Parts: sequence; C-alpha cells; structure tokens
Amino acid sequence: MQRHAPIFFVLALVAFAACNKSVSNVTDNLPALTPGNEDLNAGTWKPVLLTRPDTFAVATPVATSNAAYTADLNEIKAYQHNLTGDMKAQISYWSAGHVFRWNQIMLELVTKYNLPPYQNADGSYPVPSAANPFAYPNFPFSNPPYAARAYAYVTAAQYDALVACWHYKTLYNRPRPYQVDSTIQALAGKTTLSSYPSEGAVVAGATAELMQLLFPDEIANIQQKLSQEELALIASGSATRSDITAGEALGRQVADVYLARGRADNAGKAGGTPANWTSFVTTTEAESQIPWLSLEYPARPPMLPLFGKVKGFLCDSAAIIALRPSPPPSTNSADMTAAVQAAYNTVKNPTRAQMTTVQFWADGVSTYTPPGHWNYIAEKDFVKQNYSEVRWARNLALLNMAEMDAAISCWDIKYFYFNPRPTQMDARIKTLTGIPNFPSYVSGHAMFSGAASTILAHLVPSRASDYMSMSQDAANSRVLAGIHYAIDCQVGLTVGQHVGNYAVQRAMTDGAE
Amino acid sequence: MHMLNQNKAALPALLLLLLLQAGVTRAQMDNDAIMMGKNAFCGGPMYSYSSWNHYWEGTLKRTNKNLGTVSTQMVSLMGDYGITKNVNVLVMAPYVWTHATAGTLSGQHGIQDLSVWLKYRALKQNVGNGVLSTFVLGGASIPLTNYEPDYLPFSIGLHSKTLSGRLTVDYQQRHFFATAMGTYTWRSDVTIDEEAYYTTSLHFTNKVDMPNVAAEELRIGYRSSRLIIEAVGSNMNTLGGFDIRRNDMPFPSNKMNATMAGAHVRYFFKKDHGFSVDVDGDYTVAGRNVGQARSFDVGVFYLLSFSHHPTNNIK
Repeated sequence: MQRHAPIFFVLALVAFAACNKSVSNVTDNLPALTPGNEDLNAGTWKPVLLTRPDTFAVATPVATSNAAYTADLNEIKAYQHNLTGDMKAQISYWSAGHVFRWNQIMLELVTKYNLPPYQNADGSYPVPSAANPFAYPNFPFSNPPYAARAYAYVTAAQYDALVACWHYKTLYNRPRPYQVDSTIQALAGKTTLSSYPSEGAVVAGATAELMQLLFPDEIANIQQKLSQEELALIASGSATRSDITAGEALGRQVADVYLARGRADNAGKAGGTPANWTSFVTTTEAESQIPWLSLEYPARPPMLPLFGKVKGFLCDSAAIIALRPSPPPSTNSADMTAAVQAAYNTVKNPTRAQMTTVQFWADGVSTYTPPGHWNYIAEKDFVKQNYSEVRWARNLALLNMAEMDAAISCWDIKYFYFNPRPTQMDARIKTLTGIPNFPSYVSGHAMFSGAASTILAHLVPSRASDYMSMSQDAANSRVLAGIHYAIDCQVGLTVGQHVGNYAVQRAMTDGAE
Repeated sequence: MHMLNQNKAALPALLLLLLLQAGVTRAQMDNDAIMMGKNAFCGGPMYSYSSWNHYWEGTLKRTNKNLGTVSTQMVSLMGDYGITKNVNVLVMAPYVWTHATAGTLSGQHGIQDLSVWLKYRALKQNVGNGVLSTFVLGGASIPLTNYEPDYLPFSIGLHSKTLSGRLTVDYQQRHFFATAMGTYTWRSDVTIDEEAYYTTSLHFTNKVDMPNVAAEELRIGYRSSRLIIEAVGSNMNTLGGFDIRRNDMPFPSNKMNATMAGAHVRYFFKKDHGFSVDVDGDYTVAGRNVGQARSFDVGVFYLLSFSHHPTNNIK
C-alpha cells in the first residue's frame, strides 16, 4: 500500500482529468426538419394582424432561364465547392427549423435581459430606457409580462409573414435550386415546397425587424445571426440569393405592422407613475383591506402595474374585465388567517422533493420566465411533430398570444385586488424562492400554465394529460415555495384555462385544422 | 412568479467553505505536515462558523439589504488513521446550515459531502540544520445527499464530485517551520433542478460544467510535540467560470476566487495520545464572486494508538 498508493492516485487523477467535461444542449444535433405535411394551402390561413396575405407585394421572380438566376446558382455552387466546417455547422443548426431556432434565440434574449435594476443611492430605482442604449440599467428588464408580450409579437409576426410567404410560393411556384440544377446538393434536406420567397429568410427578417422594439441593444447581434442563417440557406442549396432577398423584405414589412402596434399597445406606459402606485394603496385601504407592500429593501415600485391595460391579441379590454374572478378572502378574515398559517406550515420543514418542484418551475430572475418555459416545453414536443415552418409559427403564436393575454389578465387581477403575499402577513414565512415584486392574487405561474396547457392540449392532443399535470405542478410549486396562498393558484389556473380557450377558439377557425 | 426580485440579488457565497474541502485554515489534517504513526488514529468533531455581509459581484464589492449577513455553520466529523508511518488516510463529513439575517429566503441544512484524502510522505531528510519533508496527497469527495446546488448562497454545497492532487513541502528547523502546498482539483459536472440555465449564454440542459480549481497555501509558525501556532495565507482560483452579472443571483459554475489570511493553534494535552484542541480563524482579504467571509473553527480531537509502540504517534 505504501509503495503503490501514490501511483494509484496519480493514475486516478489522470483518468478523471481526461474525461470529457463538456456539457451539450439537448437540442443540439437535431436532424433537418422534414415536414410530414408542407401545408401547401397555408396562404389561405387567417393571419393575426394582416387583413390579406398579399397586403405587401412581392415581385414576380425572374425565370430560371434568366442570366440573373444562373448567377444565383453559381453563387450556391461556389459555396458548395469549398464548404467550410463552420458553414456545415451553420447549415446543420438552421436546418432543424427556422422558427424553432429563432424561438430558442428569443428564449436566450429574454433570459439575458431578465435582471431587475439595482437601486440608486437614494433608494429609488432606475427605469430601463430604450432611449439610452447600452447604459445601466439595460433596456428591457424582460420580466414575465414583458417576455410574454415579446414572444407573442415575434411568433405572431412570423406567422403572418409565413402566411404571406406561402401565398406567394403558391402564386409563383419557383422550383428549388437543386431541382433546377442537379449538380447542386440539397444539404438541408429536400422539400416539395416552392422556393420563392425563402421561408427561412421571411422568419429571419420578421424577427430581426422586431428587435428595434423589443431588444434594441441586440440589433447588431441579431443581424449577424440573420446573415449566418441566410448564408446557410444559400450554401445548403435550399434557396437562391433572390429567394432570400424577397423573403427577408417580406418578413420585415409584415413585422413593421407589429412594430406599429407594439408602439401603441400601452406596454410603454405599463410601469405607471408614483401617483398610480399610491392610488392602489388608497383604493385598497378604502375597502378596509391590507394593501400589498414590496418586500424588497429598499421597497421597489410594483412590477408593471398597468400591464393589465395592454392591448391583447385574443381578449379585448371588456374580455379582460370579464375574466376577473371573485375577490380573495378578506385580509381581516378567518379564512385569510388560516391561509397564512397554511403557508407557514408548508415551508416550515420543506422536503427535498418540495424543493425540486419549486426550483424546476421557479423560472425567476435570469431565466426565460414561465412563458419561456412553456415555449421550451412546446418546442421539444413540436420538434417531434415535424411541423411545416408555417405550422410551427402558427402553433407558437397561438401559445404566445395566450401567454401574453394571460399576463394582461393576471396583471389586471393582481392590481385590481392588490392582495398581500403570505410573508407580508407573517414575517416568519421564509420562502424557497424569491418573492416576486407584485401582489399575490392570482398566481402568474398558475395563469401562464393554465393558458399554455389548454392551447397545447388542443395542438398536441396525445400530450394533453401531461400538459395538464405539468400545469398543476407549476401552479402548485408556488404554494410549495411559500410565496402564494393555495387559492391564488387554484383560481389562477382556472382563469388561465379560460384565456387558453380563446386561443383554442382561434385555432379552430384560422383555417389550419 | 418568480422574479426573485427581491432577493434576487442575492449572492454568492460561502463558497469558500463549500468549495472544496481544500479549505484553508481548517484544522483538518490534510493540509498540515504531520503524520499519524502506524495504527494511530486521531478523530473528533469540529464546529465552524463563517459569515459575511459584503460580497463580490464579479469584481464589484457590495452589500445586499435583502440578505443582510449570510452565515454558514458546519459540524464535521473527522478522522485520520496511520496505515503506515508514511501513509495516512483522512476522512471528513460535515453537516451544514445556512442562514441570512435579512430578506425572505429560507436557509438550507443537511449533510454535505464525504471527503477522503490519502497522504503519503514521499521524503523526509535532513537539510542544513533542519528537516525537509515532502508529501503527496490524493483526495476525493462525493456528495452524501442530493441537496440542490443552484440555490446559492444558501445551497449547502456545490454537489460536484471532486478529485484533488496536492504537493506539500515542509521545512522545520528546531521548532520553527514553513509549509507550502499547491492543490489542483477536478470537479465533475453537476445536475441542477432546472432544465435550462444562463451563464454567458442560455444552456438547454440540466447539466452544468464546473470549472476546476487551483489553490495554494503557505503556513509559517512554531511546532512542538504539544503545540502548533501558525499563520496561514491561502489563495484559491477557479480555472474558468463566469462572473455574477449586475444584481444577478450566483450560480454554481461562477468563477470563485478568494485570498485569505488567518491563524491556527493546536494544543495537545498530552504528548502522544489523548485530547487535543484546535482553533482557527481566517478572513477573506480579496475575492471574486464570493462573500468576504470571516471564519472561526474549533475542534476537539482524540488520539489513540492500536500499535504496540504507543510512542511517536505523531511525526
């Protein structure tokens, strides 16, 4: 032992050091998207904001016998003649799906910007401003309502742009480069869908255009990704330069309709004013209820208190008011005392399993938020469905319009009742995740999960019971964390399901089913 | 929903303690230049308390009113057995409690990691008027429970499996000595409860790649058969990792660096067997993504021998 011990340890250390530590994403190395159904009639599906698929004209492409087209083919051949490893990796990455990959990029942007600002020296908090790029605090603070709206705008714009794209594909029916010239390889797979305008470029253009509104500091980074994607499309033999140019332009034009809407949808005013913040307190006190207080030090103004006034995609303002549930127990009632005691008992001696549920669904600061988590859940299932690009966009748009409207309804309810968190009522309640800086009733997690599971169950019926059980877990996680009363989550789940049903109604009438 | 708005800005860590058992001035015998004689066993409990109210968010030193003072308490059981006079095996397992004086986040508690060191004295020879000794150590640690690592600064550990290699050189002349050591620690990936997380980009997995760690330590002091008094300076660097962003939460694979200074006293009530008392204190002088911790440890150990030659149990 004495003689061999050191040798043994050196060998063990070398063996350990040699093992590969690199961690990879579960969504790396997916096969190229090969839709089971190309949805060739999608040019007739009902767009969200566009009134017609041909609102924006797309010029007739030149014939494949034209010299300009031959030049396009020669560009493809030049890339394929000398394909670098990096370009092969880009082709492989984007071929998994353009809507899918852009959605992952959106999840990353939300995560990156989901950080609440640090306080000023006087205890006030600075407000992120789009007019002040690259300065602290960075714009935006992509908290859950902001994130829900960002996902909705991007996916709905992608959907409308792809409906228009499909319309022109049917109209012009231009063949794919590899169909015109057999020396061109189809490195991202083959399709029966026509080539002009390029569906990948449509998605890229729509997404990049919306960065002006949603993540203005990222315009240059996103432009770079768009360039890589378009090059990958050309080098893969999927599209010509002229397919790409027409597609990107169409995507940007459609997105401009969303930009205009976004600048006027009241989200810019959702932070409210000090007078608004005070009025919530006085209104609640006038009803002899204990008003919500920020539990942060220093006290932070409530998160986006006027987000309930934002213009939804599925629900108008009357529908938002109609969604309001009956009030929570009076803060002076025995029911409230019992609910506070129950919250205390829940977190007094937490189990590891309880902690796991809390953490898995926490989706707090520096994450993609609960709507983002539901996008990730949807993505993993959609990949298995082999949807066409247009159906990918349609289904994600349905999900995210439901999530945005759930955020609007939830924030309306939260600030209508302005109900305190359990820890405000009893400071002994130490929570298993951070307490969000807005009122308790109803739970945002419950609403997002109720809405998401309802529309996803409609879209992927084979997974319906799984979505329902996940939404129960997500809602329950907030009770297990000690940051919500049970009623916040029960009612939130129900109201969320109502919002989800608006998306189901749309899904049944948009021409895609 | 989650915005940990509040505590969000919570922070980093006691990492120091959690990081490796390569802990610094702690009284464990893996970082001294003492060997148990053949068949001698020394073991006992140790208590440590560490706290901080300032921490480094990246390189920015700050406080956090949603945390106040964050403390870690640890009760460890430690044992050191002499397989031969030149090969010792050391074992340690702690129970850890974490707590903050402000904010609303719940602390955690539980059994942390088992660590084992094999310590081999490769060389002992007279040089000049003193004795030069060289030790080679191999260490391993493994979590004993499935605690959650992504709940810093309240996680009770980082939940990585580790392997460490250490070289220690000691020179003693009469009762005065100096000990220098360097340690390299490999850390395995950890699994967190979340299915995606952000470092400098978004990762779609629950596996986290942990940077390895290098540590250096220097001890200078007085050592006799009954008493050890030493000053300790140490430095620890993760080789990779990323900085906590402004007002973000800490994460297990953050870069966590610390430079610490402290002192250690050990007193043996009898020369070759029986009880000894061990007291340590140290202070984090500089750091990155860690708390500026003050730590204090006290341990009581009992030394006994199964050998027929009870003398020279400590060499």
